[in-house]
Amino acid sequence: MAESIRVDHAAHHDDHHGAHHGGHEMSFTEKYVFPLDHKMIAMQYMFTGMFMALIGGFFAYAFRWQIAFPGTEAPLWGQVSPAEYNSLVTNHGSIMIFWVAMPVLIAAFGNYLIPLMIGADDMVFPKINRLSYQIFLISAIVILSSFFVEGGAFGGAWTAYPPLSTKAEYSLTPLGSTLWITAVALEFVAFLLGGINFITTAMNSRAPGMKMWDIPMVVWMIVIASILFMLSVGPLLAGGIMMIFDQNLGTAFFNPDKGGDPILWQHLFWFFGHPEVYVVLLPAVGIVAEIITVFGRKKLFGYKTVLYTAIGTGVLSFTVWAHHQFIAGIDPRMANVFTVTTLLISVPIAEMMFVYIATLYGGSITLSTPMLWALSFIFEFLIGGITGIFLGASGNDIFMHDTYFVLAHFHYTFYPIAIIGTYAGFTYWFPKMFGRMMNEKLGKLHFWLTIIPFNTIFLPLFVLGAAGHHRRIFDYRNFPELSHPWMWDLQALATYSLIVMLLAQIIFFYNVITSWISGPKAPKNPWNANTFEWTATSPPPHGNWPEGLPTCYRGPYEYSHPDRKGSDFWPQNEPG
Amino acid sequence: MSSRPIATTRSAAGMPTPRLAVWWLIASEIVIFGGVLGSYIMHRLAHGIWADYAANTNPWIGAFNTFVLLSSSLSAVLAHQAAERGDGKRAANLLYLTTLGGVVFLCVKAFEWTTEISHGMTISANTFWSFYYTAAGIHAAHVIAGGIIMLFVAQTAKRNEELHRVEIIGIYWHFVDLVWIFLFPLLYIAK
Amino acid sequence: MSANQHGQHAGHSTGSHAGGHAAHGDSHYVKIYFILLALLTVSIVGPMIGIKVVTLITAFGIAVVKAYLVARNFMHINLTPRYVIYAVTTTLVFMFLFFAGAAPDVMKSHGTNWEKPGWIAAEKAYAAGDIVGASFGAAIQGHGAEHGEGHGEGHGEAEGHGDGHEAAGH
Repeated sequence: MAESIRVDHAAHHDDHHGAHHGGHEMSFTEKYVFPLDHKMIAMQYMFTGMFMALIGGFFAYAFRWQIAFPGTEAPLWGQVSPAEYNSLVTNHGSIMIFWVAMPVLIAAFGNYLIPLMIGADDMVFPKINRLSYQIFLISAIVILSSFFVEGGAFGGAWTAYPPLSTKAEYSLTPLGSTLWITAVALEFVAFLLGGINFITTAMNSRAPGMKMWDIPMVVWMIVIASILFMLSVGPLLAGGIMMIFDQNLGTAFFNPDKGGDPILWQHLFWFFGHPEVYVVLLPAVGIVAEIITVFGRKKLFGYKTVLYTAIGTGVLSFTVWAHHQFIAGIDPRMANVFTVTTLLISVPIAEMMFVYIATLYGGSITLSTPMLWALSFIFEFLIGGITGIFLGASGNDIFMHDTYFVLAHFHYTFYPIAIIGTYAGFTYWFPKMFGRMMNEKLGKLHFWLTIIPFNTIFLPLFVLGAAGHHRRIFDYRNFPELSHPWMWDLQALATYSLIVMLLAQIIFFYNVITSWISGPKAPKNPWNANTFEWTATSPPPHGNWPEGLPTCYRGPYEYSHPDRKGSDFWPQNEPG
Repeated sequence: MSSRPIATTRSAAGMPTPRLAVWWLIASEIVIFGGVLGSYIMHRLAHGIWADYAANTNPWIGAFNTFVLLSSSLSAVLAHQAAERGDGKRAANLLYLTTLGGVVFLCVKAFEWTTEISHGMTISANTFWSFYYTAAGIHAAHVIAGGIIMLFVAQTAKRNEELHRVEIIGIYWHFVDLVWIFLFPLLYIAK
Repeated sequence: MSANQHGQHAGHSTGSHAGGHAAHGDSHYVKIYFILLALLTVSIVGPMIGIKVVTLITAFGIAVVKAYLVARNFMHINLTPRYVIYAVTTTLVFMFLFFAGAAPDVMKSHGTNWEKPGWIAAEKAYAAGDIVGASFGAAIQGHGAEHGEGHGEGHGEAEGHGDGHEAAGH
């Protein structure tokens, strides 16, 4: 393989090695606490994100227990009080989106994959990269610290609508609300810095020969997602500052009694909040594209179609935000406009799904663990997408709003994105990241014990929501006429399923730890994949390719190519 | 400077990496200012009374600050030209001059705000003044950040090192100037 | 991303740029600077004429011209690859989108099942001449002078919220 790698940029190359590896061994702190290496920063993001996921999952367990069995003590938590319930729900949402989906899908995979997949030795700004993780870590500490201040953590939902979020008399969390918005604002700053790094790296640092259509899809997706994030988050960052002033300086940006407008916050929030869905979706579909081509041994059907649909989705995602506000009293004429754009956005996404199915069609599919996750992503996200069409229609949304139907809908989108997408990517790149193979049997067991309970949590909630169950009710015993025995049964089913699903994650962590320690050593390219990262050693050293950076000769998805004799894959770096 | 990855030295997109990055930074800043100014304009157009509030701002101070920022932009672009010619000393001196412009801007701002606050026009007086202080405050934060970074850049430029940074901080500084060019009519002139 | 040749490495050592700058001397920038100052003067003089349309043109028309001059001559946006201009324009377009989507709600005092008590009271008082615009202070408080500075504790919100935005939440 070595002869196929043209030594690139020889003069710089020598400098580089003198600087990176020459002479001094890096201390533990340099290597693991304040690293500059993109792979180590990716691991920091990954494990911080997984730690936060455990916290967010535990919160879900606590409030789900209260919903299904109100008045009883949740094991390991105790009786959930109404205030606790609100802050648990709020922080479950905030943590899962801002401190799990974002760091893992964008930052961890982005950091790990972009330099490796485009054939670079690192991100273009390693120090800014490190800084962005540090700001992110501080934001995570701030959000967790809000649980220990007077009044407790913020409980006004992750959307933080005023006046609940701006007035301590209503929220009863004078410090928690400010800590919440501060943490969110810091997190945005971290990802703006990270995003600039990702975009610039992917634009400027591609290997010689890698043209636009040779970039692996997951890199494209992370870059498009970073751009979407960057263009949508600004107004909310400004809005966050306005909200902090409202909370602490007595301004009235969002207070209608004193000349402000609470709907303005909703617009600022959802102008970001809706594109944010696509910010986390796109990396996940990128990961799935890599996996289904490798394990289907087929070229991606319609590379450019996927790309254009992603860009189209991105642009359209800026025009749909007010569908979250149909009953907030927005102008009904605008509601019509937003209904139309919302229904339109399902067109490019549906097209993307069709392309994936067409890619799978006729392939020689291996049902490995990553492939199972990738296939389940397509299946589960489809349910999430289709139920979105119900909610996008403003007339229907007036009935559905704030019911469990909405809740089940967005969990059927976010769960495939944040959890399934992460597991797909993690199990697929695990050999590269840690140099060991994962245990397939445990992997499949974990897959089934996660996917089946996931469906039995949220399918019942669709039914409950359609029956009118409201999602913000702390204790349905207070509304006996609205809660039939079968509804209680479905709620209990959802909660039991959640517990099973959470326990199943122990298998995953057991698998990760044992495979990391004693799994079989991974070869360079265990899946016979084409992209650059599989030409580096597993795990790649600092600088990724000490023998010289690769050169690109073809697209990333040349599987089972008729001109290629003797092998069903054709790595990007092989000439000829 | 020590180890710079090969990645940083590539420019597949036809533009040096730092310059590309600062343009993306500016793109992300445009939407931050766009959010707060867009919200301000909505209110401003809807409330007739805001014209009368705005009459309390002092256009002469605003104009003087515009003048200061425009002048500092000139010295920033001249610093860039000096850096192009490889004259690090001159570039550094011009950058110090630019920073001085930022400091003058902030001092004037401090004087202006003190006067207004002492006359009861505080940030919580009404929504107009909330927007006035918030928008100008976010801008002032950018002036401070730009000034501090500029001092670091001047430090290396003085030794004729990393001269390309002079242009990068210059572009950022011009952007801060640009934002003020729009803040000035929005807050001071349109009545 | 650009259609430029890939795999080319721009020289990092020299001060020259990939695009190459037009051969301006320092005098060019000084000239632009004086044009900007002249425009600044016009934008200050504009409002003194006292015609609203003229003020708007001198204020915002000139701001756009100044912005163009700075972006082109100082930031050299015309010498950057085309996609930079597209990216910057895209941000502006999205800001207009935001404005178009949010303004119909923010710019109204009444809407579907809601009203903004502070605004209505202030406009009423303004129309009745109770509030001189220059009396910034508690002008928009709306419920009378006794509210004073009103840092969020005043009883204004206790009255106002029942029919405020919250009511829309059902």
